[in-house]
Amino acid sequence: MNINLTLIGQSITFLAFVWFCWKFVWPPLMGVMKEREQKIATGLEEAERAGKDLELAQRKAADQLKEAKEQAAEIIDGANKRANQIVDEAKQAALAEGDRLKAAAKAEIEQEVNRAKEQLRSRVAELSVAGAEKILSINIDAKAHDDLIDKLAAEL
Amino acid sequence: MAGEAQTATEYIQHHLQNMAYGKLPAGYTRYDGTVLQESTWTMAHSQQEAADMGFWAIHVDTLGWSIVLGMLFCFLFARGAKKATSGVPSGLQSFVEMVTEFVDKLVKETFPHRNSMVAPMALTIFVWVFLMNLMDLIPVDWLPMAAAGISGNPHLFFKVVPTTDLNATLGMALAVFVLMLFFSVKEKGPIGFLKELTLHPFHSGKWYVDIFLIPFNFLLEAVSLLAKPVSLGLRLFGNLYAGEMIFILIAIVFGVGVLGFIGAGFLQMGWAIFHILVITLQAFVFMVLTTVYMAMAHDREEEHKNDH
Repeated sequence: MNINLTLIGQSITFLAFVWFCWKFVWPPLMGVMKEREQKIATGLEEAERAGKDLELAQRKAADQLKEAKEQAAEIIDGANKRANQIVDEAKQAALAEGDRLKAAAKAEIEQEVNRAKEQLRSRVAELSVAGAEKILSINIDAKAHDDLIDKLAAEL
Repeated sequence: MAGEAQTATEYIQHHLQNMAYGKLPAGYTRYDGTVLQESTWTMAHSQQEAADMGFWAIHVDTLGWSIVLGMLFCFLFARGAKKATSGVPSGLQSFVEMVTEFVDKLVKETFPHRNSMVAPMALTIFVWVFLMNLMDLIPVDWLPMAAAGISGNPHLFFKVVPTTDLNATLGMALAVFVLMLFFSVKEKGPIGFLKELTLHPFHSGKWYVDIFLIPFNFLLEAVSLLAKPVSLGLRLFGNLYAGEMIFILIAIVFGVGVLGFIGAGFLQMGWAIFHILVITLQAFVFMVLTTVYMAMAHDREEEHKNDH
């Protein structure tokens, strides 16, 4: 076991390899590892944020759905109310129309009755004059007895 | 795998000898009896020659394998880093990232100061030392025999585990030590570092007492400072050397009859499985201790006081 120049040679070799590793191996490896660490960190952060966003969106969607349901219920309610109102109005209108028609018919009927009475009255006057002529066999001066006849007719 | 020409001792010694390339002095008698006319740089052909080369020799196998494995580490991790994207990682990238993140976390826990070099250094140590230790799990004869076959020299020394060479582990520890001193001086200033070495751990607050305490403090602090790199290098070396030794002993048992062969097979497997833990642990310990020493080098005196 001799101590010789190898000692110095090995020292120099050692320092040379250390230098190489220090300059060419360590920095790129550390750089890449740091970069990956950063990437993973941001990735995790983003995932967390996305989860939060999702939750938020879900809550928002639920809220909106609820609101929409409420609105729909309101609209249906309103429509029902309006339909009832329309039906009521229609009923009201129909009743009014019926009354009006009834009144008109009644008036016409009265008119007809009056006219028939008038006719009847005039016919009665004629008939009574003719009857009297026949009874008296005389020509009654119609003009002279008009007052009488009219009185008679009016009493009918 | 003790050949007929080798005794067990020779086999072990052969396995523990590095391939040395060094300077032999003039007038030296070589392994084959030739005498050198002048000092020459050459390959050692025997243990005696390797020892006689003294300090001016290089272990070609140790340096070669550690450079090859270090380049494998650089290639793998640089490739992983180059292809890395911040998307979903896969294959090589996720492996590289897993190791890097593990080291980064550990360094952040043990090293609270600001220094961009410490974490890459910890990563380099962990993976590189692990790869060097991993060579221990390759059966002890495969690579040496392959190398001998390729080179044509049956007695070629070829030790494939760099961390079983004291030069390699102490070399790395030495580099760590130099960095420790550098950062100590840089962070605390030369005066601050000197103060730390001379005014701790004994400190009375009265200057005329402190002056006499300085030698004791310095002795204690110097020993504890020097013990750090030595223990760092020796721990790794000792564990791996012992492990390698046991693999070599098991390899010898393979040659002892059928029973020896079967027994050695089980032993080899058991020791290898256990050794997976050892080599990982030793790489980890080397990394953690280096990080801790770096943190100590960055610790300021004021922070020491706060600790008490």
